[in-house]
Amino acid sequence: MHKVTLRKTVLSVEEVFHEGGPVAEKPLLRGSIMAVIKNPFAGEYVNEIQGFQDDLKPLGLEMAMKLATALGGAGVIEGYGKGAIVGAAGEVEHGALWHAPGGYAMRELLGDAKAIVPSTKKVGGVGARLDVPLTHTNASYVRSHFDAMEVGCNDAPKADELALILVMSTGARIHNRAGGLAAADIKGEDGLR
Amino acid sequence: MKAKIRKIAVNIEETHIEMGRAISPPTRKAVAVAVIENPFAGSYTEDLSPLMDIGAELGALLGKRCVDALGITPQAAESYGKSAMVGENGELEHAAAILHPKLGAPLRLAVEKGAALVASSKKMGSPGQVLDVPLGHKDAAYVRSHFDGIEVQLNDSPRANEIMVAVAVTDSGRPLPRVGGLTHAEAEGKDGLR
Repeated sequence: MHKVTLRKTVLSVEEVFHEGGPVAEKPLLRGSIMAVIKNPFAGEYVNEIQGFQDDLKPLGLEMAMKLATALGGAGVIEGYGKGAIVGAAGEVEHGALWHAPGGYAMRELLGDAKAIVPSTKKVGGVGARLDVPLTHTNASYVRSHFDAMEVGCNDAPKADELALILVMSTGARIHNRAGGLAAADIKGEDGLR
Repeated sequence: MKAKIRKIAVNIEETHIEMGRAISPPTRKAVAVAVIENPFAGSYTEDLSPLMDIGAELGALLGKRCVDALGITPQAAESYGKSAMVGENGELEHAAAILHPKLGAPLRLAVEKGAALVASSKKMGSPGQVLDVPLGHKDAAYVRSHFDGIEVQLNDSPRANEIMVAVAVTDSGRPLPRVGGLTHAEAEGKDGLR
């Protein structure tokens, strides 16, 4: 059991009206929340790290709720993703500890979302930014919802910190027209189609 | 609405710990950014008054977005700032036209009072560049604990024919202020300075 020591959070919401084409009737909202916490394993190799995943569960749920609320509530979320930036005194494996608590927090909050939560991670210095992928919450192949959001903060992560990130969106890319599986056509059973 | 807005982004930073010390309640800063079309991109235009009117609209809109994002009453705002970054087909004067003539008054309504000068910065830039928005106390510019700044950047803004306009509002000063000077509690807030 390790304590989760939160230094700061950064909540960002983007409202996209158009991108050179027709102005959408309903703007697309994309949001991210980043929690900067102390990395309990920084500075040395620790073999047994899995317990920290459970320690992170309450933080994951709190972040997911805060982000969904900022975008208009769990009911309007259609895309999600997650990521982690590990401070320089840690290892990329520490970022992998975010998969379970980050992903399942969102899936639980969004009513048993079927699709795998896309993710990315890296080791980075203070000010590093991460392009966090976004896909449809119930069917990974929905082409209109493939997107990403750049996330970062000028003073994090410090060497002994982890920056844990969740992202959500309320719909498709603003001028999506690249074909493929449409959100309206999904079965939503296997998480893929 | 005169401004043609492509997107709006709002960021909130909360600091819970600074140098190992708990900050309770956490200090909080919000910055709201609008990415707008630059009506004067690509050629010299003498009369910039349309940008001044856009500044007035955005002062109200972005000020309110910050206050709403912080979940505070307007009078609970403690510091503010404004900035603009002009895409490569514009000129620095476009930022000045948005920021200085008319943006301040509606922003002051959004944060109630605002006797002090609104700290500002401006630059030319390209997508993904960082814009540092200065922060100063809204009613008494000499309050030393509230001199600060917040960084904002959007990977896709400003495009060549766009302008990024940012307003920042806080409900607090720096996390661990200890360099002396006039304090928030001592400020009279009448002349905008002390």
